[in-house]
Amino acid sequence: MENKDTQGELWEVFIQSKAGQSFKHAGSIHAYDREMAIDNARDTYTRRGEGTGLWVVKSKEIVAVSPSEEGYFFDPSNDKVYRHPTFYEMPEGLKNM
Amino acid sequence: MNITALSKEELLVEFEAKINAEQKIEPLDWMPDEYRNHLIRQISQHAHSEIIGMQPEGNWITRAPSLRSKKILLAKIQDEAGHGLYLYSAAETLGVTREQYIQWLHEGKAKYSSVFNSPALNWADMGAIGWLVDGAAITNQVSLQKTSYGPYARAMVRICKEESFHQRQGYEIMWKMMEGTKDQQEMAQDALNRWWWPSLMMFGPHDSDSPRTGNAMRWKIKRETNDYLREKFINKTIPQAELIGLKIPDNNLVLLEDGTYKSGDINWDDFWKNVNGNGPCNEQRLAHHIKAHTEGAWVRESAFVSGFQK
Repeated sequence: MENKDTQGELWEVFIQSKAGQSFKHAGSIHAYDREMAIDNARDTYTRRGEGTGLWVVKSKEIVAVSPSEEGYFFDPSNDKVYRHPTFYEMPEGLKNM
Repeated sequence: MNITALSKEELLVEFEAKINAEQKIEPLDWMPDEYRNHLIRQISQHAHSEIIGMQPEGNWITRAPSLRSKKILLAKIQDEAGHGLYLYSAAETLGVTREQYIQWLHEGKAKYSSVFNSPALNWADMGAIGWLVDGAAITNQVSLQKTSYGPYARAMVRICKEESFHQRQGYEIMWKMMEGTKDQQEMAQDALNRWWWPSLMMFGPHDSDSPRTGNAMRWKIKRETNDYLREKFINKTIPQAELIGLKIPDNNLVLLEDGTYKSGDINWDDFWKNVNGNGPCNEQRLAHHIKAHTEGAWVRESAFVSGFQK
């Protein structure tokens, strides 16, 4: 919506809950610039020590697969069962591998 | 590429199959207009309630009886702002801007929980609100963690994690007053008397008078009915009241053989008066929100310009 009284742009927030773990999507916030975005993300999503790391990215910069494409988009992996360890036959008596 | 255009009927079958399989509906998925509109109404009402709900408590920050209680109250109100923001974000994924939601609130097209149209008269009300109003909200929100719309469900999980401190904060205030002087005990009882019925009304009309329950239950937006949740809250809360010596203000309350309670009739006239904008504080709550929003316009405008320059 074009309006001078805008609420700022939409940003997505990702939190790393412990050092060494991957960042997980937490939600979104509004902000007018990067600095305000990271501050708002902190105040909105980490009031109880939820994270050791925080990322924000403008929502419009995220590229996503649309649900109607999901089927054929992920299709290439469906016929490659040999990528899974359970595909392989192993001799009886094998203990650890 | 083999995208075949599905008919509306086929899309609906697919949508309902997903819901029946307990899969979440995500923002880009196809959904019936009625589902989307129900969510737009329900999530925004929920968001507005969190934000308007800051007012009765904000009124008591400067008059909190100790530094400890002031710090706690500030943290609780900050949480409510946060909860409002989680919910606005979830609501925005339905394709309506935050600005539009706020405008609908200001125009009276969107509602908020009518419980916040009751005044908070004294410090005991901070106890009763935390214990009963937040308690009722938690009962509802725990159930909504399983709602079928993904962003709403995730916001609920986050909110529920944070809410239990709110209820304990309120109950502690009531308990401390009940341990105090006779005047303090009377204040606590008086606050319970005034907030008990509005809290029960927070669950909405009886199932038999709730026109929107049908599809909302079928599509798993709501997981449990108003009456079921209300009874759950009543049965949880009565022993808490008794433990600290408070009396539930319901002369028709009966303890059934199975150990559950049956409450007296709710005065729905008060409820509808509140919902339709004639409660004691409707005008004040909305006017305050509009004033804050209008007076803050220059901040948003300058932040916009400064953000643009960076």
